[in-house]
Amino acid sequence: MSVATQEATPAAAKPAKKTKRGPEHRPGLNRWLPYLLLAPAVLAELLIHIIPMLVGIWMSFIKLTKFFIANWSAAPSAGLNNYKVALDFNNAVGEGLLKSFGVTVAFSLITVALSWVLGMAAAVALQPPFRGRGIIRTFFLVPYALPAYAGILTWNFMLQRDTGAVNHVLNQLHLSDGRTFWLIGSNALVSLITVATWKLWTFAFLTLMAGLQSIPGDLYEAASVDGAGNLRQWRNITLPSLRPVNLVLVLVLFLWTFSDFNTPYVLFGTAQPPAGDLITFHIYNASFLTWNFGTGAAMSVLLLIFLMIVTGAYLLVTGRRSRRA
Amino acid sequence: MRLRSFVAAVAATAMGISLAACGGGDKNDSSGGGSGGDQTLTYWASNQGTSLDNDKEVLTPVLQKFTQDTGIKVNLEVIGWNDLQTRIQTAITSGQAPDVVNIGNTWAASLQATDAFLPFDGDAMGAIGGKDKFVPTALATGGKEGTDPTSVPLYGLAYGLYYNKAMFAAAGLQPPKTWEEMVTDAQKLTNPAKKQWGMALAAGSYTENVHFAFINAAQNKADWFDKDGKPTFTGDGNVQGVLRYLDLMQKDKVANPSNAQYDNGTKSVNDFATKKVAMVINQNNADSSIVANGMKAGEYGVVPFPAPSGAEQVASHVAGINLSVFKNTKHKDAALKFVKYMTDAQTQTTLGKPFSSLPVLKDAKPVFTTDAAEAATFQDVYNTKSKPLPLVPAEDQFESTVGKAMNSMFAKIATGGTVTADDVKAALKTAQDQVAAGS
Repeated sequence: MSVATQEATPAAAKPAKKTKRGPEHRPGLNRWLPYLLLAPAVLAELLIHIIPMLVGIWMSFIKLTKFFIANWSAAPSAGLNNYKVALDFNNAVGEGLLKSFGVTVAFSLITVALSWVLGMAAAVALQPPFRGRGIIRTFFLVPYALPAYAGILTWNFMLQRDTGAVNHVLNQLHLSDGRTFWLIGSNALVSLITVATWKLWTFAFLTLMAGLQSIPGDLYEAASVDGAGNLRQWRNITLPSLRPVNLVLVLVLFLWTFSDFNTPYVLFGTAQPPAGDLITFHIYNASFLTWNFGTGAAMSVLLLIFLMIVTGAYLLVTGRRSRRA
Repeated sequence: MRLRSFVAAVAATAMGISLAACGGGDKNDSSGGGSGGDQTLTYWASNQGTSLDNDKEVLTPVLQKFTQDTGIKVNLEVIGWNDLQTRIQTAITSGQAPDVVNIGNTWAASLQATDAFLPFDGDAMGAIGGKDKFVPTALATGGKEGTDPTSVPLYGLAYGLYYNKAMFAAAGLQPPKTWEEMVTDAQKLTNPAKKQWGMALAAGSYTENVHFAFINAAQNKADWFDKDGKPTFTGDGNVQGVLRYLDLMQKDKVANPSNAQYDNGTKSVNDFATKKVAMVINQNNADSSIVANGMKAGEYGVVPFPAPSGAEQVASHVAGINLSVFKNTKHKDAALKFVKYMTDAQTQTTLGKPFSSLPVLKDAKPVFTTDAAEAATFQDVYNTKSKPLPLVPAEDQFESTVGKAMNSMFAKIATGGTVTADDVKAALKTAQDQVAAGS
């Protein structure tokens, strides 16, 4: 629940900036207009994010097991006990959480890197106009336009061992014996990264493509006159010009992948393998399968704190660097 | 100022939520229509037939008859097994519950612990026809021992070993009476080159896996909880029981490693019905799926799921579906009337066939099959060779932790790894720690 909070913050902040540039000539209205315009967003934010988050934090300090879920107010205080259980790495629950955290970090880093590289490559490749460019661009957007559930379920069918298309194709190409398990065992992480990247890279592509439109063409012309090759142009013009876009893009991609729930949930169903045990899914299982919502909430709060620290550190470091530049 | 407006917003939201809650609660009443004494019950049914739609088709005329008899309308929703437990949890947590709900009988003690369900005390039990009408072992699954049960049996189920008669005859085999015979037969009927396997296992389904952990351990006379409700997962009998079942794929190699991805029982039953495997261990509701997939009633036989020679003759847990009433129902009397109707002899006979269930009533005859031998086998297993799953509040945690541990071990075996007795013990220790942390 509270995990999703991070995503919305950059988006919600954008309209706020715009409203400041409102009309200057009517002082009365001028004073209230920003608040008026912000009000629906603030209210929605409060309802959808802040209040559930506060409830989640409260839940993490009570003993909310199956004995009390029918009457929450009767649940005794757990103090810091839920956190102790989640953070005791010598114990099965804490150890499971730590492993899941490791899997999630690896998954996020690889998925974000792949998505960014693919998105960047496609955006740059489709920058110069050529016949059929529009069609290819549209084609690339399909994973983004497809409902997530349908897309991931299709992957689930394709990754089956005996009947899946992936094994069939690999077998036909003599790349494998066609008997690989993709959804259980250690390959599960590979499958998860593939599906998540497939889902995510178009967003990177779309964002970078938009960013590329704002780079003036004469910069490239001047560079060609100076004799810079394509790679040099990319490194010295494209990359620095896209820096502000990249800063936001990478952060958003990271937060999305780190708190990805749909992909493992739909891809693995109830039979999730340890190698694909992403943290939000892990927390869901910890709460709903064992009916221990207090510990689940404590894990969520820990995740929230972690993501806040990462985001804060990221913004601090990148912000300092851009000021220096 | 800022704080005050925040508090106001919180209060407004809280009001909004409670208003919405009222609105939700009212919906049940208002859908009953204009005329005065009309009552409408909301009933969540579990998936018993071949599909959710099939359940709806079967239940609708039965519910219509109830409405005709009593004037009480029933709002039916059929919920798949993957969602049912979560839906019930949400209903308990939010208080936005149906009036009557089907539950897996193994959840009974866990759900009873939530205090969200109506106990069938003397009065309530009397209103539904008295406890004496039920088979005692079936009624015993209704809640913790020595308490008023919060659920009553609706459909009875038991495990049996289904075998393909033609395949057994062709190989000159008799249906197995012991575990060892079952393994030998299965090995003779396994030919991976021809894509034929002795058995199919729902090895990726944690709910199926945990049942076999329980039954195999019970054959070894091992229990999963001591008399104080503390988990005892790592006993030798438990470890060996789990390993024996895993070895069907690992050591005996009578099941296709692909089975590790079978995340529900229907997939293994389908393999049996389409004659890819010679045997499958399933509950008697497999009948409707087997027939739906084209196998005829005389083509398969059923024997009790065998124990190793010399071991305890436990062939199943007391499986089945129970019926519960939510405590916060506004239509208690109507709900009890409905429970009485669903558990009376006539309704049981009507539903026994389409849902392939065993009768939960004393003196009732199974009607789910025309095969007298099969009916007798299942009735015998249900009445004399079944042991109830642990009737403790942590039962649901036992199911999820041990079942998921077995999923992982099957996955390890399928992908070429080895699982030893020590590995099983370590996995069960982890499961036990998880249960201990949750209670």
